Amino acid sequence: MSILAVMEQRAGEWNRMSFETLSAAQQLAGELGTTVSAAVIGQGVSGLAGELASKKLEKVYAVEHDLLKDYTPDGYTAALRQLVEQVKPTLVLFPHTYQVRDFLPKLATALGKVAVSDVIAHRVNDGQLVLVRQLFQGKVNSDVRFIGEGPNFASLQAGAYRADQLAEGTASVETFAPSIAAGDIRIKPLELFRESQRAVDLGAAEIIVSVGRGIKEADNIPIVQQLADALGAELAASRPICDAGWLPMERQVGSSGQTVAPKMYLAVGISGAIQHLVGMKGSRTIVAINKDANAPIFEVADYGIVGDLFQVVPELIDALKKAR
Amino acid sequence: MKIVVAIKQVPARDSQLKIASSGKWIEEGDIAYEINEPDAYALEEALQLREKHGGEVVALCAAPDRAAQTIREALAKGADRAIHIEEEMGALDPLAAAKLLAAAIRTESPDLVLTGLQSDDLGYGQTGVILAELLGLPHGTIIMQVEKTDTGIKVKRELENGWFQHVEMPLPALLTIQSGISKLRYATLMGIKKAKSKEIKRLTAADLGGASASPVIALDRIYLPERTKRTQLFEGSPKEAAAQLVEKLKFEARVI
Repeated sequence: MSILAVMEQRAGEWNRMSFETLSAAQQLAGELGTTVSAAVIGQGVSGLAGELASKKLEKVYAVEHDLLKDYTPDGYTAALRQLVEQVKPTLVLFPHTYQVRDFLPKLATALGKVAVSDVIAHRVNDGQLVLVRQLFQGKVNSDVRFIGEGPNFASLQAGAYRADQLAEGTASVETFAPSIAAGDIRIKPLELFRESQRAVDLGAAEIIVSVGRGIKEADNIPIVQQLADALGAELAASRPICDAGWLPMERQVGSSGQTVAPKMYLAVGISGAIQHLVGMKGSRTIVAINKDANAPIFEVADYGIVGDLFQVVPELIDALKKAR
Repeated sequence: MKIVVAIKQVPARDSQLKIASSGKWIEEGDIAYEINEPDAYALEEALQLREKHGGEVVALCAAPDRAAQTIREALAKGADRAIHIEEEMGALDPLAAAKLLAAAIRTESPDLVLTGLQSDDLGYGQTGVILAELLGLPHGTIIMQVEKTDTGIKVKRELENGWFQHVEMPLPALLTIQSGISKLRYATLMGIKKAKSKEIKRLTAADLGGASASPVIALDRIYLPERTKRTQLFEGSPKEAAAQLVEKLKFEARVI
């Protein structure tokens, strides 16, 4: 048995989540009594591969091809399939990034497997690996197990493992040159772009008041704006609010919006789907106001009020004014 | 353009979930179901593409009888016809489920297959991409815009942290659609009336070559998460709770 951790880079820059995956792979290897290798994919990635030579790894594979310069699901799947067939790892781990979501199910399917996606934790029971993932937008957890021999595939949720616990060591770097033909790549990736210059930098805010579906309609937004004003806070929102156009996209917190870690994050009417939590769970103090006591936002909240936001928020504004 | 939209029926968003005594799924008895939200956007995108470019929209849904409601709604919103795979898919892993869907899609030979990017219940976020591989189609995920070009389509992919990317691909292709791609329409009275006469093709797993009997992953158990963090909850009237919260924020967390 062995583990392969697939790192992610774009234009020579690491996606930092990769190091959480590498660290998780080392932890699992310790528990399962096996070793870890790492792979980095692209064109001209030997420098990045070299950076991993000082980690406790069996081997580092620099998967190199001109056709891997820009990410495509066809190119990455072809390259990784060949690497996996040669290296024969039992378990292949990925960070659960948007890019991995785009190609990992394709790779697993090509090999007759199902990837266990968005894993938040694991256990080893009698030598068997059990992966924990969330269902129903984080309201329920599940234990999932692979059936059958490897290679098996899993992707790990942002923040589920700590990148700062990476074990140092030495590893040899090996170049792997997959065979890919230009005709294998059916999609043509174009430039990356941002929609507009951001007028709001939520990252700089010390206090953020964030609003979710619980606000019910656009006309109710002033209620939370008043709360933000009372706290001197920036107003932010979960995805559905921005999708509906009630607040601009630039105020969205979560995996597709901004990642924030203010002194205080006050979530109003936000249930706390995973995609939102990854964008704010690093906040120092988290406060949640929600009518559902089982909402996952209470998993990360330091302080909470279970109640109707339309009753609680005005009282909170009142209490804040009195406390000044 | 002939478009197949795969839609899933999931427990309504506000459902109070209880773990079933089997420990492997939720109690389904009292739960209301609705269309998976990203799939509603996939259907909307399909309808808009048909309005621009002509063609046909076929809604595909796999679930027991209860799915009839979601299928009727899709037809009322404007899908031309539907395929209902009458199977309990819950016991199947994502690959086995996708194989049934793929078999149904193959018989239609569509130009475009759309799905939502993930389901609100299992949330694997994989069905679309697995389908693309099974059907041999190029794909794009987390799509926020679709434009037809002379040679195929140009789509806008959402990436992390506010970044986007345009990607071009030939047809036929498969796209997974992100919530918020456009504004959802409501069914009109006329639409609801018309839906009654639209074709619903009913299939079973057996009609599609049978469901795979050998899963490659197993869901052993579901459970409510243990709280890892102790949340201080404030009770009493809204006024009392608000006052206690402000007290703590000021003197304990010292953030105000």
